[in-house]
Amino acid sequence: MQFNDLINGFPVLTVTGLTQGAIYALVALGYTLVYGVLRLINFAHSDVFMIGTFGAIWTWSAFGFDANSPRPSLGEALGLIALAIVVAALLCGFFAMLVEVTAYRPLRARNAPPLAFLITAIGASFVLSEGMGAFTNRRQFGVPAMLPTDPVVNLGGWSLTPLQISTLVVAVVAMVALDWFVRRTRFGRGIRAVAQDSNTAALMGVNKNRVILLVFLIGGLMAGVAAVMSDMKAASTRFNVGFLIGLKAFAAAVLGGIGNLRGAALGGILLGLVENYGSAVFGTNFRDFIGFLVLILLLMFRPTGLLGESLGRARA
Amino acid sequence: MTDVRTRWRDFRHGVSQRWDRLPKASRIGIVLVFVVFLYALPNKGFYEYLGLPLGEYIPLYTTRNDMATVLFQCGYYILLGLGLNIVVGYAGLLDLGFFGFFAVGAYTVATLTSPQSKIFTEYNWLESPWPWLAALPLAIALSFAAGVILGFPVLRLRGDYLAIVTLGFAEMIRIVAQQNDWIFNGDRGIPNIGRPPGNNADGSPIFQFDAKPYYWLILTVIIGMVFLIRNLVRSRVGRAWIAIREDEDAAELMGVPTYKFKIWAFAMGAGIGGFSGALWAGQIGFVNASTFKLEQSILVLAAVLLGGAGNIFGAILGGFLVIYVPEWLRSVGDVFGLPEQVRIAGEPYDISATNLRYLFFGIILIVVMIFRPQGLWPNRRRAAELKDREKEAMVGA
Repeated sequence: MQFNDLINGFPVLTVTGLTQGAIYALVALGYTLVYGVLRLINFAHSDVFMIGTFGAIWTWSAFGFDANSPRPSLGEALGLIALAIVVAALLCGFFAMLVEVTAYRPLRARNAPPLAFLITAIGASFVLSEGMGAFTNRRQFGVPAMLPTDPVVNLGGWSLTPLQISTLVVAVVAMVALDWFVRRTRFGRGIRAVAQDSNTAALMGVNKNRVILLVFLIGGLMAGVAAVMSDMKAASTRFNVGFLIGLKAFAAAVLGGIGNLRGAALGGILLGLVENYGSAVFGTNFRDFIGFLVLILLLMFRPTGLLGESLGRARA
Repeated sequence: MTDVRTRWRDFRHGVSQRWDRLPKASRIGIVLVFVVFLYALPNKGFYEYLGLPLGEYIPLYTTRNDMATVLFQCGYYILLGLGLNIVVGYAGLLDLGFFGFFAVGAYTVATLTSPQSKIFTEYNWLESPWPWLAALPLAIALSFAAGVILGFPVLRLRGDYLAIVTLGFAEMIRIVAQQNDWIFNGDRGIPNIGRPPGNNADGSPIFQFDAKPYYWLILTVIIGMVFLIRNLVRSRVGRAWIAIREDEDAAELMGVPTYKFKIWAFAMGAGIGGFSGALWAGQIGFVNASTFKLEQSILVLAAVLLGGAGNIFGAILGGFLVIYVPEWLRSVGDVFGLPEQVRIAGEPYDISATNLRYLFFGIILIVVMIFRPQGLWPNRRRAAELKDREKEAMVGA
C-alpha cells in the first residue's frame, strides 16, 4: 500500500483516469442503449469497437501514415483525427447494424428466450474478432504518432497533454450530442418509447425494428469515436483488443445503472478514476481487480447501479 | 425447406414416442450399449477394426490431437456444463464466471499435490505433498464453499446484474492467481501436479501421459454425476429450483425459501465445477494463470445453452460439441486436403481450418440458435413453453 503515491501523483492520476474513463463511457453507451431497448447484453459490441480501432489505422495508412512516419503538423493531425473518427464511427455503426440484422432480428421474429440472444451475441463476437484475426494475420498494428506528447497546460502538478484534452473534448461533445438526440428529437422519443414498452410503442405507430436498428447504429458510432481515441492512447491495436475494454465498459454501464445513458457516462468516468487511484495504492497488477471489487461492493448497496435504470421500466 | 423441417419434426416425434413406449428393460439395455460404446470410443483400433474407409483419416476422427485427449477435454467441459446447467438451466441464474470455480478446484489440487508448490518450498506450511486423491475432496469442498461465499452477497441481485458480478468474480480469481510472488506463482505456474492413484498389473502407474485412462475416469464421474443430478432435480430441491426459474416471486409466495435454494444451486454447481477442475489439473499436470481466461466461462455457458438449458443430456451434448467441433474443424483441412495459405496482393493469409475454426464455430452458434432457439436438446417442458411463445409471436406479427 503506497498512499504517498496516491497523494503525490493525484493530479496525474486524475487526468489519466478521466481520459481512460471517457473511453469506457463512450463504449458503455453502446451497451446501455441496446440494453435499455432490448434487455440484452450485446457481447459483440466490444468487437465492433475493435473494428473501429482498425478503421482508424486504415484511414491513416491511406494517407501514408504508419507507425514509423514522422508526426504531422498540428493542423494536419487534427484533420486526420477528425477524418478517422468519421470513418471509424461509420464502420462501427455499419457492423453494429449488421450484428443486429443477422444475429438478433431473426431471433426476435421467433420470440426466442432471452438466453438464446446471449448465445448469438457470443457467436457474433467470435465471428467478428476471429474474422478480423484471420484478415489481419493476427498481427499487432502500430498507431502513427499524431498529436505532440508535451503537455500544453501546466498548473502546479496538473498537466494536460493534447491527446488528453482532445479525448475529453471529443467524448464530452459526443455525449452531449447523444443526450440531446435522445431527449429532444423525434427519433430519440421513439427510442425512449420502445424502451418503456415496445408493444405499446408499436401500437402507437413507432416502427420498432427501425428504432432498434437506430439504437445499434448510435451505439456503433459512439464505439467508433472511442476506438480512435483509444488507438492514440494505446499506440497499437490487435484483433482481440476489444475484449478487455468491452468488459470494463460493460462494468461501467452496470455501475451507473444499465439502460441509463447518463449513468453509463458517470459509471465510465468513475471506473476510470477508481482504477487509476486503486492501481497507485495497490500496484498496477491489481488495476482490474479494483474495478470489479468496486462494482461488486456498489451493487451490494445499490442493486440497480448509481443512477438506477431509467431508459426502460423497472425490473420485474 | 418447410417440408424438410416438418418431416424432421415428425421423425423426431416418432423416435421419442417409440423410445417412451419401449419396455424399461430394453431402454436400460440400449443405454448400456451406448455407454459401452463411449468407453470404447478413444481406442483407435476400434475404428480400424470396423474397416472404415479413408485410411487413417476417418471423417469424425481428430487428426491434430489424439482422440482420447480430445474426448477428455470434452469430458471436463461436459462436467462443467452439468454444473452450470444446475445454475442456469434449473435455477435460472445467469452465471458468467463459472470457470472461476474450475480455477478454485484446479489450484487447490495444484498447490497441495505439487512438490514445487510454494506451500512446501517457501512457506513450509505442510511437510510433504498430498496425494491427488486426498486433495480431491478438499478441492470440491473449497469450490463449494466459494460458491456459498459468493452466493451470499450476490444472489440478492437478479438477472444481468448477477451476470456481471459473477463475471467480475472470475476475473478477480484470475488476477489473484496472476501475482507472481504469491502462492499461485502467476504465469510461471505450478508444475508436477499429482496424478490419480492406481497401478497396472505390471506395476506401472495407470495415470501417465496417455489420455485414455483419464477419459475413462472422467466418463465414469460423468455417469455418476448424471444419476446424482437426475435424482436431485426430481426431489424437493429440484422442484424448488424450477419454481424459482419460472417465477421467483410466485415461488417465494408459495413458501419456497428462494434465497436458500438459490445458494444451494450456486454451491452445487460450483462444487461440480471444482471437481472438473481437480480432474483436469490431475491430467494436465501444470496450472498457470493464463489458463483461466474469461473466454472459457463464456464457452461453458455457450455449451449449456447450445445443448439446451434445463436438460442434463442437452448440457452433455453442448459440452461435447463446444470442444469437439472446433477440434474437428482443425482436422477437416487434413482430411480433405484444403489449402493452408492464400496470397492476396503479395500478403500471405493463413486460411487453414485451424486458424478459422472459431470463426466457423461462431457462425454455427448463430445459425443453430436461429433455427433452434431453445437449444439442440431442450427440456420437454421448456420446449412446450417455447412453442407457445412462438405461436404468440406469430399471432403478434
